[in-house]
Amino acid sequence: MTSIAMNPDARLAVTQSRAVVSEWIKFRSLRSTWWSIGIALLISIGLGILFSDLRGNDLASHGGFEPDQTALTLRGFYLAQLAVGVLGVLFISGEYSTGMIRATLSAVPKRVPVWAGKIAIFAAVIFAVTLVAAFIAFLGGQAVLSAYQVHGIFLSGPNGNIGFSPGSAGTVHSLGVSISHPGSIRAIFGAALYMVGIGLLGLGCGFILRNTGGAIAALFGLVLVLPLLAQALPGSMQQHVTKYLPLIAGTAGMNTVSSTDQLAPWAGLGVFALYVVAALGIGLLVLRRRDA
Amino acid sequence: MRLPRKLPSLRCVIEAVGLTKRYGEKVAVDGLSFEVQPGIVTGFLGPNGAGKSTTMRMLLGLDRPTAGSASINGRPYERLRAPLCEVGALLEARAIHTGRSARNHLLALAATHGIGRRRVDEVLDLVGLTQVAGKRVGGFSLGMGQRLGIASALLGDPHTLILDEPVNGLDPEGILWIRTLLRSLAAEGRTIFVSSHLMSEMSLTASHLIVVGQGRLIADASMSEFTASAGRTVVRVRTDEAPRLRDLLAADGVSVTSTERDLLTVSGLSSAEIGKVAAEARIALVELTPQQASLEEAFMELTRDAVEFGTPMEEAAL
Repeated sequence: MTSIAMNPDARLAVTQSRAVVSEWIKFRSLRSTWWSIGIALLISIGLGILFSDLRGNDLASHGGFEPDQTALTLRGFYLAQLAVGVLGVLFISGEYSTGMIRATLSAVPKRVPVWAGKIAIFAAVIFAVTLVAAFIAFLGGQAVLSAYQVHGIFLSGPNGNIGFSPGSAGTVHSLGVSISHPGSIRAIFGAALYMVGIGLLGLGCGFILRNTGGAIAALFGLVLVLPLLAQALPGSMQQHVTKYLPLIAGTAGMNTVSSTDQLAPWAGLGVFALYVVAALGIGLLVLRRRDA
Repeated sequence: MRLPRKLPSLRCVIEAVGLTKRYGEKVAVDGLSFEVQPGIVTGFLGPNGAGKSTTMRMLLGLDRPTAGSASINGRPYERLRAPLCEVGALLEARAIHTGRSARNHLLALAATHGIGRRRVDEVLDLVGLTQVAGKRVGGFSLGMGQRLGIASALLGDPHTLILDEPVNGLDPEGILWIRTLLRSLAAEGRTIFVSSHLMSEMSLTASHLIVVGQGRLIADASMSEFTASAGRTVVRVRTDEAPRLRDLLAADGVSVTSTERDLLTVSGLSSAEIGKVAAEARIALVELTPQQASLEEAFMELTRDAVEFGTPMEEAAL
């Protein structure tokens, strides 16, 4: 006598893939999901194009050169991260605030598939959406930049252009770069990965704190406030600490010009991933242990 | 509705063994052991705060017991392969995201088990929510929310249902609907474990009672046993000297309650014994009436000592 004997339709059972489908239905059936994604798209693309136009206009009229045109067009993601982070928090905290979590965990009492399902769905959707947004922001922004031209001479170094000497003596250069510009595609993927990471960090905070307000405060305290606090550290210490903070490490992959203030692109994303894994890991521990 | 599947001969469907839940210093459930037999309606009765909801959450694996264990069909709830197909649950607090439509709520739960869209439409129809299935739950009345909760519980066509205070806060129409539904589910041979703080609600549907107070088991008996043992005779005594008579009657096994200044309700003594005590003390009686206690009174009597936040009405009236 087992439960299977009671349930002749043995096809009905909880599996990980079914938990993923369930999370997808939950994710897509809330208006807040599409509002957050819509706002993130609008901000990342809109600001990318707007900043490109402002910078292009300024450089064309006053002279000078933009060293990292790719990062310029991806600047909007610094604001879009708010919408994505909040969406990550809400994906789980909304279940706690409404009591839905009890229905969810009654259906999937092992709990782990819920956690994994949320991560899988969130990461897949946000990666796809923000990757498209990053491509559009880049292509749109570069198209706008290309409309502006500056006169001057590039100073070349082993890693590409290291400087620019403006003046009428030089040749005419278009400000925009193409998608084949060194590092541009990596930076576009880096922006999408950073967005996925911020959202998952929010999801992890939500699993840990279960409360929407608290988790949002924790997430952006960690991401946006820590770098400001680090500025109070003495110079030498500050330099060592700051580059390992989530915001600074996570956005290292969005630049095409390396800087001593940031880790190398993949190293930065790797450090950032550690924060995400830690938050989600603690989230899983408390999800398994705590009463729902 | 589909007929429930034949149940193999089980000793019990739901089993709690020494179930205990502590929140810091406070003990919500204290070494509770009971069994719920298949195919009948078992009432889970107790005053508010007696630990009924906590017990039910532990049965469903939502709360972790501090000690003891609970099992459904012989296994802990967490180990069921298809929990929704074995037990349907309706918990007291709403467990529905207000921003989602009723249909999407059910589709999301159904998806975890591979239950199809057709069954979702079936249960929506069964609880009468088909018309509003696409509307967001946030705009639902309490009664509609409760119907959606019942729909979720029936999604996997489970043989066993766990319902926590299903009529709480409902309007008369909603209460009638739940009662009718419970009767029809019971008539199909399903096992129903339903909690209430109202005896009257239980007497309509339950054939077995598990009574708890302050987290402890007070009674575990069939409804007929319960009525027979608890429904002992009480005597209504009306006198102007109620407080004095009350003191005189006080003894082991005698309980005296009072709802009016000059009225005593005495159990544990016959009307003849009370009359004799009153005569010896030269207390004039206005009324001396033996009465059969109602189930409600029997329950109140049983749980009086276990009521966590009892009103001091009885003392105040004297």
